[in-house]
Amino acid sequence: MHSILKTSLAAFIAAGISASAASAAGHTLSGDLVIFSDMSNPAPRAVMEGMVERFGDLHPDLNIELTVIDREAYKTQIRNFLTANSPDVANWYAANRMLPYVEAGLFEDVSDIWDGQMSEELASTKGALTIDGKQYGVPYTYYQWGVYYRKDIFDQYGLTEPATWAEELANCQTLLDNGVKCYTIGTKFLWTAGGWFDYLNMRTNGYDFHARLTNGQESWTSDEVRATFANWQQLIDMGAFIDDHQTYSWQEALPFMANGEAAAYLMGNFAVAPLREAGLDDSKLDFYQFVEITPGIPRGEDAPTDTFHIPANASNKDNAREFLKFVVSAENQTLINNGENLGQLPVNANSSVDDDKFLQQGFDMLSNKAPGGIAQFFDRDAPAEMAAVAMEGFQEFMVFPDALDDILERLENAREDIY
Amino acid sequence: MTASSDSHSPAQRGWYKRNEIAITPWLFLAPGVIFFFIYVVAPIWQSFGLSLYDWNGLGDVQTNGEYVGLENYNKLFGLNGERADRNFGISLSNNFKWLALYLLAIPGGLFIALFLNQTVPGIRLYKSLFFFPFVISQVVVGLVFSWFYLPNVGLLNVIIGWFGMESTNILGDRTWATYGIIAAGLWPQTAYCMILYLTGLNAVDPEQVEAARLDGAKGWKMLWYVIIPQLKPATFIAFVVTVIGALRSFDLVSIMTGGGPFGSTRVLSYYVFEKSLSERGLQYGYAAAIAVVLFLIMLVFISYFLWAMYQDEKGAR
Repeated sequence: MHSILKTSLAAFIAAGISASAASAAGHTLSGDLVIFSDMSNPAPRAVMEGMVERFGDLHPDLNIELTVIDREAYKTQIRNFLTANSPDVANWYAANRMLPYVEAGLFEDVSDIWDGQMSEELASTKGALTIDGKQYGVPYTYYQWGVYYRKDIFDQYGLTEPATWAEELANCQTLLDNGVKCYTIGTKFLWTAGGWFDYLNMRTNGYDFHARLTNGQESWTSDEVRATFANWQQLIDMGAFIDDHQTYSWQEALPFMANGEAAAYLMGNFAVAPLREAGLDDSKLDFYQFVEITPGIPRGEDAPTDTFHIPANASNKDNAREFLKFVVSAENQTLINNGENLGQLPVNANSSVDDDKFLQQGFDMLSNKAPGGIAQFFDRDAPAEMAAVAMEGFQEFMVFPDALDDILERLENAREDIY
Repeated sequence: MTASSDSHSPAQRGWYKRNEIAITPWLFLAPGVIFFFIYVVAPIWQSFGLSLYDWNGLGDVQTNGEYVGLENYNKLFGLNGERADRNFGISLSNNFKWLALYLLAIPGGLFIALFLNQTVPGIRLYKSLFFFPFVISQVVVGLVFSWFYLPNVGLLNVIIGWFGMESTNILGDRTWATYGIIAAGLWPQTAYCMILYLTGLNAVDPEQVEAARLDGAKGWKMLWYVIIPQLKPATFIAFVVTVIGALRSFDLVSIMTGGGPFGSTRVLSYYVFEKSLSERGLQYGYAAAIAVVLFLIMLVFISYFLWAMYQDEKGAR
């Protein structure tokens, strides 16, 4: 009863505002705009505040209220504020991560923003924001995943960037013979192991198989999945990963690379900033695309996309739509993703990429060397429950590879229950 | 009724005046009772209700949830053709490990209290130092202990390194991780039991001790037959808070391992959180069913405590 009253009231207010906005000359907006953001780390926070300031300059009569919430806390708070006291704009993530909210009718259909030109400019992520043919949000940034490695250590042992699985294994063996672990990783919070699975599976069986698997259309006990794990086991049996990784977070695994105890890290581009802070300049740190495993399979890549949405219960949807259009504009995306701000990749095809070495390589890789397709990430492509069970299994496998049969059976049981 | 009260009371008295004795206690109790019902009893019933639904916590349970009867419980226990939830089994058995081992805090607290119950210069400082772990937040305790256990560089591994033993990774080992967390939990809990016993020791009757001493009691016999019986109220409270503390264990698990490695340190309360409020939760109905099981386990102990207190009251009367 209460909520009906509230929504009708909200609708009434929204109608009033759109009427007044229409009557106002030109495009300047007035009224309120409430934004909840999870961009709480220092650099993203500055970006968010900068965007609000610039949008405010365009619309001096608009009263913008920005609330920045801690990124981890945001993940649990979002269900509360989408139901009651909705903001007009909220941050979230693409693909399956937004599915439960879309299904519960909590995110507004924003297909109208995507109509026409915008769909071309944002084509690379349109699929990730589309559910049942409609779009429920807009992207503002994405970033590549890949192998970040210590160039100086590679040079020391005469290694070069590998391109095939055999080269990767040979490099790794050389490093191990010299007492250096091939890869650092911290699997305490599980998702890092999901990254390894994504890449091994996409390279072993291809992007399409991987997409079907995360969609629940392929069996976890199939020969294809077993082949992926067999490749993974080769690395585990060699001792390629650092010991005790189940105790570390991804940040706690960084010093192993900074100290030279491990030579490489399969990670998202956000690992570059802390590695640079740890003293690895561009002469010591470099990047290569994850190697080919099954020859001839088009390579798919992980590139998680962060997004803005309009909650269905928002009161100022017209203002919110304008803000979303502002966010996706080429000019804004160029600015917020440059090296001084987010240091990530802009989604809009007309925006330009910062000339940072890693952003350039990442942009080139995603635009030209990922014909297979762009995946979001394991825990964004698979439903939440499946991701939780599976990533725990990956972690266990990395420590007890012999338990594989048991793990795969568990995942298969989970698949039958969840989809 | 009116007629009789008229005849007994010389002057006309208000309804409240006539029922004052019966009403007043309830008036004083009212704020507590009302809030107890709103914040404790009602949510318990709501949990029971929610546990019969398949609901992801979004929107309204009636529209977005699906009524599934006892299906969630079937999944937990593997009844009715469902596969038993292995993680639930692990959580349950960990809860019992917690319950059994956490009780070590009671004898531990007693012996520290006996040790500190003397008059030497600076005893207040020593008492405060022993009480210190209870004052600091559980989160800090968890962080301190996870650093203590760190593989290779943690203090524990440095110490066992002096004896030529190999580095262990307690929190990364599925067999030892739960015991490692319980050990961390015992640190503040022992301090809590100690403070309960210290106050209890103040109330020990010196005349009885004197009489026992004249009869030749000393050492263990004195402790067992004279001191401990007089500490019974303190022991009871220590038992209550320790059992409840063990069943509620959540913060340490969350801070130290997050339920890992491979889900081996989950306890029921953490599993409830994982299934509902955590990042990949979204199974409110299922989480509610786990919460109901946890509640029923607690209910066994709570009933016992209430019964024990009731007996005690009756005896005192």
